[in-house]
Amino acid sequence: MALRSTDILTQTPQGLYCPLGDFHIDPVRPVERALITHGHSDHARSGHRSVMATRETLRIMGVRYGEDFAGSTQEAPLRESIRIGDVTVRFSPAGHVLGSAQIAIEAGGTRIVVSGDYKRAEDPTCLPYEVVPCDVFITEATFGLPVFRHPDTRGEVRKLLDSAALFPERAHIVGAYALGKAQRVMALLREEGYEKPIYLHGAMERLTELYKAESIPLGETPKVVAAERSKLAGAIVICPPSSIQDLWSRRFPDPVTCFASGWMRVRGRARQKGVELPLVISDHSDWDDLCRTIQETGAGEVWVTHGQEDALVHWCTTHGIRARPLHMLGYGDEGEAEEAAHPPLEGEGREHRERGGVETPTSESDGADHPTSALRADPPPQGEDMA
Amino acid sequence: MNRFAALLDRLGYEPRRNAKLRLLTDYFRHTPDPDRGYALAAMTGALMFKEAKPGLIRGLVEERTDPELFRMSYHYVGDLAETVALIWPAPGHDAAAKVDGTPTIGHNNPPPHVPTLTEVIETLATTSKSDLPARVAGWMDALDETGRWALIKLITRELRVGVSARLAKTAVAQLGQIEPDEVELVWHGLEAPYEDLFAWVEGRGPKPESGNPAPFRPSMLSHPLEDEDFAKLEASEFLAEWKWDGIRLQAASGHGSDGRPVRRIYSRTGEDVSRAFPDLVDALDFEGAIDGELLVVREGRVQSFNVLQQRLNRKAVTPKLIAEFPAHLRVYDILFEGEEDLRSLPFAERRRRLEALVARLDDPRIDLSPMVPFTTWEDLAAARADPASVGAGPDADAIEGCMVKRANSPYLPGRPKGYWYKWKRDPYLVDAVMMYGQRGHGKRSSFYSDYTFGVWRDGPGGEELVPVGKAYHGFTDEELVKLDRFVRNHTVKRFGPVREVEYGKDKGLVLEVAFEGLQRSTRHKSGVAMRFPRINRIRWDKPAAEADRIETLEKILERGEKEVHPLKEDQAERPGKKRKEA
Repeated sequence: MALRSTDILTQTPQGLYCPLGDFHIDPVRPVERALITHGHSDHARSGHRSVMATRETLRIMGVRYGEDFAGSTQEAPLRESIRIGDVTVRFSPAGHVLGSAQIAIEAGGTRIVVSGDYKRAEDPTCLPYEVVPCDVFITEATFGLPVFRHPDTRGEVRKLLDSAALFPERAHIVGAYALGKAQRVMALLREEGYEKPIYLHGAMERLTELYKAESIPLGETPKVVAAERSKLAGAIVICPPSSIQDLWSRRFPDPVTCFASGWMRVRGRARQKGVELPLVISDHSDWDDLCRTIQETGAGEVWVTHGQEDALVHWCTTHGIRARPLHMLGYGDEGEAEEAAHPPLEGEGREHRERGGVETPTSESDGADHPTSALRADPPPQGEDMA
Repeated sequence: MNRFAALLDRLGYEPRRNAKLRLLTDYFRHTPDPDRGYALAAMTGALMFKEAKPGLIRGLVEERTDPELFRMSYHYVGDLAETVALIWPAPGHDAAAKVDGTPTIGHNNPPPHVPTLTEVIETLATTSKSDLPARVAGWMDALDETGRWALIKLITRELRVGVSARLAKTAVAQLGQIEPDEVELVWHGLEAPYEDLFAWVEGRGPKPESGNPAPFRPSMLSHPLEDEDFAKLEASEFLAEWKWDGIRLQAASGHGSDGRPVRRIYSRTGEDVSRAFPDLVDALDFEGAIDGELLVVREGRVQSFNVLQQRLNRKAVTPKLIAEFPAHLRVYDILFEGEEDLRSLPFAERRRRLEALVARLDDPRIDLSPMVPFTTWEDLAAARADPASVGAGPDADAIEGCMVKRANSPYLPGRPKGYWYKWKRDPYLVDAVMMYGQRGHGKRSSFYSDYTFGVWRDGPGGEELVPVGKAYHGFTDEELVKLDRFVRNHTVKRFGPVREVEYGKDKGLVLEVAFEGLQRSTRHKSGVAMRFPRINRIRWDKPAAEADRIETLEKILERGEKEVHPLKEDQAERPGKKRKEA
């Protein structure tokens, strides 16, 4: 008789735990033995006694936490079965970032796949996702709503290049997560024929060097020298998302604020961040790919770790697949993390600029077919000059 | 359609006027006729579809989506049009279709056809109600998310990308060496897709004839009068009028080729707003063009701007609205009389022609803006300080200062120097405490440059600050740096782009806020909203506990309301009164 799935994998405060092999997967607190799917800091933390991961993920952890990030490390070769206690584990490419892997755990004829974070879209900086048939599929749901359909990344990169051509006197500051997204954007720019240097915020440097050392061609990527920021008219600069509105970006010539993220699909999100050029480029699966992947694994049961669990669970249920949310905490802190915070002020986030500050007309009452809307259309403030 | 969608998408995120202009001009330059003309029509509000309504889209999406998933998605996205655009299950994109639905490879269906903008507009305008759903659904299938979003915007005719008709016309003018006002002049004789207009601005064709018998002529605007100006200006060369707190309008009237009267009312930027003021259009029984201020006048008394706004903010212009908020035009200039262009005449001469015209009209809905007599600047300063004492009487509350015009000034388009000045009354001032800072846009995107401020009131737990407004200008660049630093160093909470700062009886920054007026508002916790609030001074020295209380604002508000709402009392005493007026 096959083992029950919960005998193979359970939930503990540290994260997913396999009692038969005595190891955790992507634990959020230090444990004896950790198997790590990929190098993002919410999945790969330091301080475990022993860590098993792909060679690239181990290198990434070394760069981020120092070489002593764990008591001992063991490289997991891709697609090879490894015996741990009473289970067999196997790492397969997840297509998320360099070195990212899904982990299949098999015991007593039951196979569970912990997919970590994954995507199906093309990415020149990492191996593509491979479907691993299984009985139980454990998936994230960061973009688990049918409104999230990521467009072709080439089109998004072209938007950036078109804008750089139209506004050659301005610097384009692209917010992108330091591991994965930043390098993917660089690689995509190169694929689209962009040959000029791509300038990097200091926080991007070491991981980008690591990607280059892994033979991913990213071209010339000088670090931004603080004193020379004002000379970077026409340049494309990549920085961590937190820096796009930081003091750091202030000295660039008339910066165009760009942000490469799946969240940019929703306009309100982009506006909230003050983004002027949203680039819908995600390292996670969109809704269609989440649904497609679940069906391709043939899993009869799906566990949803984090993200928009409810909608994905609903979809599974209506498609005859058993599903439950795990409501796991501590994930989504890096990469395309959900940022909470809606301002509490009445009318915040709406435009208050019509007629130089009359408070009442809001975007709600400012319809184009409003008979008197034209009267309120005083010329908008010229070019946002600093008064 | 995709190019147009990409343009709207980009415009929607772009806060800067000049960058918007660049995007628009680039689009017009690289998009062929007739697509670009239809885009211009969409942005100037010139399109009208009889059968295509928002309900059509709602019906289509309901047939295609799981209601529970739609509900969750709408809740997340918060905007119906955007939710529909994103959730629309296009063939080949749909997860179900890919796996267990119809095969996407080897089928015989034709590839989806991405429509041109022209095709969309022409089809929307001509297709019957019964055929429309299938056409629209076909486009929705073929377009991507941004394309679908733009299509829904077209159908609902609410672009909301921060582009006024004026800005779109300015972008067209910039294709060639043409002033935006010239485009404005020929505009009303033109129709979408405006091929003759583009040919003219690009130097490929003749200037289009203005077929409009009642065209808009660009307005003449004034400069603010600064203290140092008086020494340079000779009082005897100037005439003065009140500056009315209303809305600038131009009323034009003529005869169409069929001999029927054509009467139009334009905003000062040339947008045709006639349909908002049918009561005023009726009164335009003359030929020519006059310039004046839109006011609401009840029983001969000018009402405050607050009252006027209640008329402006309504979508439907009903008889009830017209009776309650009767539109009135107080005129101060004349540009044309019949076919005669008066704009090169001196102001004093035009004034005489205007007085004669108004006398002939003899309509209570149109009257003259009276002149303010003065000999020296000191006289005028006294009049400005107390209009009621110089003949303004009970209308004094609707006066926001004086207009000072050179007696020999011609009527020139735009804002020429040296002819017309506005001398606004002093603003109201209030000391408020900064409560929140918000990041600005564009050049200011790394600065906390928009400040929400509050005044004291009695709360359940003692005195508390209640927000009364938000201001983002009035300070210098150096002050902005200091204010930004204050916000960063005194942050207590963060909400996306907004930071709450420290404030209380013994901490916080006092801002002296200047504003032009107050109105009641249900959108603000304090119940009041300010007009044109700006930071007048930063009171680094003043303790927060000494900032003003809400009663200071209440008093300003009540004073205005008491004097400008006589009708309310009348209604209570004489219930039949309103009916008679209607």
